Amino acid sequence: MEPTTKKVIKNRVAFLEKQIPGYVSVAGIVGLLVLWELVCRLNIVPPLFLPAPSAIIMDGWQLISSGELFKNFMASLYRILGGYAIGAVFGILVGLMLGFSKRADAIFTPIVYAIYPIPKIALLPLIILWFGIGEMPKVAIIALGVFFPVLINTFSGVKSVDPILIKAAVTFGSNHVNVIRKVILPGALPTIFAGLKLAAGTALLLLVSAEMIAAQYGIGAMVLHYGNLMITTKLMAGVLILSLLGLLFNRGLQWLERILIPWK
Amino acid sequence: MRIVIDNVEKRFGDAKKKEVTALKNINFSIEEQEFVVLVGPSGCGKSTLLNIVGGLLSPSQGEVYFEGKQDKDPTLGIVFQEIALLPWRTVYQNVIYGLEERGASKKECQEIGQHYIDMVGLTGFEKAYPKQLSGGMKQRAGIARALAVEPDLLLMDEPFSALDAQTRTIMQEELLTIWNRTKLSTLYVTHNIQEAVYLADRVIVLSRHPGEIKEIIKIDLPRMGRDQEKYRQQFERYSDQIWNLIRHDAQAAIKEA
Repeated sequence: MEPTTKKVIKNRVAFLEKQIPGYVSVAGIVGLLVLWELVCRLNIVPPLFLPAPSAIIMDGWQLISSGELFKNFMASLYRILGGYAIGAVFGILVGLMLGFSKRADAIFTPIVYAIYPIPKIALLPLIILWFGIGEMPKVAIIALGVFFPVLINTFSGVKSVDPILIKAAVTFGSNHVNVIRKVILPGALPTIFAGLKLAAGTALLLLVSAEMIAAQYGIGAMVLHYGNLMITTKLMAGVLILSLLGLLFNRGLQWLERILIPWK
Repeated sequence: MRIVIDNVEKRFGDAKKKEVTALKNINFSIEEQEFVVLVGPSGCGKSTLLNIVGGLLSPSQGEVYFEGKQDKDPTLGIVFQEIALLPWRTVYQNVIYGLEERGASKKECQEIGQHYIDMVGLTGFEKAYPKQLSGGMKQRAGIARALAVEPDLLLMDEPFSALDAQTRTIMQEELLTIWNRTKLSTLYVTHNIQEAVYLADRVIVLSRHPGEIKEIIKIDLPRMGRDQEKYRQQFERYSDQIWNLIRHDAQAAIKEA
């Protein structure tokens, strides 16, 4: 009699479900920092060009304890939040209008697409002429930079709302205002949020550029200042804060998205 | 109130500027508390007709009107094939949508909404989002939403065609029970002949190219329990009669697509 063979069938797609423990991501960042520190300690790159993480933290601490960082950070925060809020609100409102009204669409959409590709920072000198050199031009340039991507995303979000939902709402008695409020706005929200996230990056970019061109306080002004003095540790501390600000912004939007779009 | 579909015709302009007549010479009425089923092969324009009756499409000719003594505007409730629940609203919020738009008070919404949620068997799912429900449960919510406005005419556009066969059978039975409690005038579209015979007081058979009424068949069986053994023969006879009317068109429809 032949010996019986036993062939176990194994899951050949196990790699699709492979679990990676959380510390792997942390290890990645820690590894990079250690490598960076080593490169500096071994003097492979002179500290003026690339200061060590430890040196950045030491000088960063100095910036914090002297209150300098806080002052600059708050100046930047006000500008970016103010500009972002104004740009986002107007972007959403105008986007809804253009999406819903065929007439408004026909009149304004070509204008929007003509202005959209202009790098907004090129308008800063003009805006300074209009508003002077106070806070207004910085807020305005950020608002402008946020307005367009939010508007265009809102517009396409409105266009992507399933017509059957609009028909259903009208069938059950909705007037135009309620169709916009209860169907089109929530239906467009996911796309609007994509625009808001995109605009967050633009806002940060414009904030720093504007502050480098014309500002006394602000993280951008601070980074430029220490660059001119060749104090790279403090420069890098400023850059770090910007990265933190960006991260914070993104997390804030994600949190808002979870709250506003619970049905996804 | 009775609903009259008076000489309705619908033409569509197609891509090559050629006019296609989707519906022609459509004349019938839906009496109070009558359940009328439109049946026909795909492409016969039955959904188009339902959309016209539901005010979602204008006819090229003719009109649809309510006839009765009441002065108020008639309300319509539509159950969509695509279900069309708002994804951002919970079951309860979806069901009371029509009441809300009509300006009903919170308390009224609560009472009526709960009544119909219970009726369709969604008790306990009030706070769920549509995404969290199965197809059958979603359509129950769709039905509850249409019933909640207590419409003068209930329109159902292949409401169960997206469901699997077993769920479908159960839903048909439940619909009949619900209908027996509410007795709403109903226009129901389906391509399923058994479904038509099972539910209808009258079946309107449509033909294709152009969509015209081929025949109106009165189903002379008691409303409830038509699936019982003793009615089997009559049931089969009605089904065969309708199938023979449709068969030729249905075959042509397959070749076209």
